[in-house]
Amino acid sequence: MEEMLLLKYGEIALKGLNKKSFEDVLVKNIKRRLRHIGSFEYTRAQSTLYIKPQGDEDIDVVLAKLTKVFGVTKICRAIICKKDFSDIVKCSLPYLKDTLDGAKTFKVEAKRADKSFCMTSPELQRELGAKILDEYSHLEVDVHEPQVTVTVEIREENAFVHAYKTDGAGGLPVGTSGRALLLLSGGIDSPVAGYMMAKRGVIVDAVHFEAPPYTSERARLKVEELAKIMSEYTGAVNFHCVPFTRIQEMIKEHCPEELFTIVMRRIMMEISQRIALSVGASCLVTGESIGQVASQTMLAMVCTDAVCKIPVFRPLIGMDKTEIVEVSRKIGTYDTSIEPYEDCCTVFTPRHPKTKPRLEEVEKAQAAFDFEPLINQAINDTKAYIISAN
Amino acid sequence: MIYFDNSSTTKPCERAVAAVNKALCEMWGNPSSLHNMGLEAERLIKDSRETIAKALNADEKEIFFTSGATESNNTAVFSSAFTRGKRRKRIITSQTEHPSVLAPIKRLEEQGFEVIRLLPDSSGAISPKEVLKYIDKNTLLVSVMSVNNETGAINDISGIFKAVKAADKEIYTHTDAVQGFLKLPINVKTLCADMISISGHKVYSPKGVGALYIKKGLNLKPFIVGGGQEKGFRSGTESVPLITAFGEAVSEYSKTLSERYEKAERLKQRLKKNVEALDGVYLHEFNNHLPYVNSLTVSGYKSETLLHFLEEREIYVSSGSACAKGKKSDTLKAFGYSESELDSTIRISFCADNTEDEVDRLVFEIQNAMKSLVRIRR
Repeated sequence: MEEMLLLKYGEIALKGLNKKSFEDVLVKNIKRRLRHIGSFEYTRAQSTLYIKPQGDEDIDVVLAKLTKVFGVTKICRAIICKKDFSDIVKCSLPYLKDTLDGAKTFKVEAKRADKSFCMTSPELQRELGAKILDEYSHLEVDVHEPQVTVTVEIREENAFVHAYKTDGAGGLPVGTSGRALLLLSGGIDSPVAGYMMAKRGVIVDAVHFEAPPYTSERARLKVEELAKIMSEYTGAVNFHCVPFTRIQEMIKEHCPEELFTIVMRRIMMEISQRIALSVGASCLVTGESIGQVASQTMLAMVCTDAVCKIPVFRPLIGMDKTEIVEVSRKIGTYDTSIEPYEDCCTVFTPRHPKTKPRLEEVEKAQAAFDFEPLINQAINDTKAYIISAN
Repeated sequence: MIYFDNSSTTKPCERAVAAVNKALCEMWGNPSSLHNMGLEAERLIKDSRETIAKALNADEKEIFFTSGATESNNTAVFSSAFTRGKRRKRIITSQTEHPSVLAPIKRLEEQGFEVIRLLPDSSGAISPKEVLKYIDKNTLLVSVMSVNNETGAINDISGIFKAVKAADKEIYTHTDAVQGFLKLPINVKTLCADMISISGHKVYSPKGVGALYIKKGLNLKPFIVGGGQEKGFRSGTESVPLITAFGEAVSEYSKTLSERYEKAERLKQRLKKNVEALDGVYLHEFNNHLPYVNSLTVSGYKSETLLHFLEEREIYVSSGSACAKGKKSDTLKAFGYSESELDSTIRISFCADNTEDEVDRLVFEIQNAMKSLVRIRR
């Protein structure tokens, strides 16, 4: 039995004259994901990518990888038959067993790329439908709202039949929408924000702030693990780890306690945007959601964004925590996110942070100390490396 | 490198390492095999069993090897329930036991057993009188640890168990002696314990091996069943390399109990004296205290931050116990530590190789930490 996979594009199909360049990126991304699994033959036709394993590659493994590639809406698993009606029947009836056993109604849809095939599409539909009814007597035909649609496609070299469809990751291929730098903490939100940006085709790099000895090596390993899980969707992540201890200590020493977090966030943004510009990223991304904590009130964000000359995107801005948790469970970062290590923020958290800071007072607080040399030092000492699950 | 985390684990001694090597490379037969390779391996286990029995003044037939203290503790609890749990449904223990005692007891509680969890009194110990208050005809088991792993507080085990046995001989008595073994003299003839759990890696052996002492004639039903090893009480092919290493380490260290104890006491006194000069730094001491395990509060500094600060200077301590990564300690709470002490307490646990100089270095670096680290606000 020979199987193959059909990947249906989503939005790419609507991209008009740009369609090919989107398609090229998608195919490149897919090839990169599958290169360690085996060798495959790729064919494109009618907004569908056909992937045929060349050896005994495990289709389940391939499928699991492909459901995490953005730019694909549906994935069908198909059996390859000879271009001969009796072979189509012989191969497809047992192949469809699991799917058909679990259904009550079905229909057959035929598509002929090779118009010279000896049967017309309606004939194919009717004849194959009859054979299926013979074999699976519990089924009924429903051409309007069938539970299962069996598709038979007649192509130049061979025919194939499929009924099993699984959802793809949706979105646009990563690499078609530019590059962003994500502020990645150890929490639940930021990996989800990275995932959502990548879903819209953005290449996501990450910046992380560490403050040893207030934070531990385990805390950094946890964040690296989060980046690794995220990279199953985003592709390899360029990871920047910024030493932040000295800056935090100086904020603590020189700035009013209730403004600690807001000044810290501003300096993080400042460092991040300089790193972003140096690596060719055109925006910053954070996992903030409005009102979630004191530093995420609208006025607090006004104060942090005042230092930014590039846009700061916040894909979770209108989401509730429960909604964010749901996505983090889906993409597999949740269990790692909730591991209990100190992160760079908790040790210094003020008892009563200011929730409605005014920009002038924050700027004045920050001006109490010359952070510029420490910021430069931190950027110089930043370690950059690539994290990838693929 | 200065290692002050010996209650988490100890460095395996040379004799233990050599024994592992020998058992892996030369005497790797299965002790159950009938041929002489099997016999050779069986002898290694027998020697080890004799050594450990001797260290407890027990009979070798009373020693059963396990995969470690967690298994020993689970076995003690579950085997008691399997054997007499139909008629007796009450279990008395302390709130400060190791999770490997608390968790199996909790499991039994879910299945209908009644559990009494006692708090240590102001002296840090579980009092025999308090235990006696809860003894009744329905009592199955009394399980109280010898030495607390986080604070070093010692319980009067023989006092408690003598009182229990005087009240009702049928009640099983078990002590988790992991932190006390080879640090305090343990004599099964006077302890009145039916079961004693000990662990290899806390006493200079590798991880993955421990033992359960079970008093002769107890006829406990096994917790792990299968091929019938360990006289049918603990099935599973014996880990010959680890068991023989355990025996070697016990043989090495059982001779030096009192001199090592004195050394630990000296180190502790030095630590206590050195920190006196530091503001807000103090040792938690209990009336009956094992000097190897010391709980030190450094007010105003987070224990995890201190731990990493010291780690950067190659000094290894722990915050709470190593088994509970990053979680606040319920045990310290039960010993009456305040909320702020829970956040600011580290554990300094000694071994035979630690020195006075190392203690001085530790205190010096704690002082440095207090100078350079940011205080937490309380």
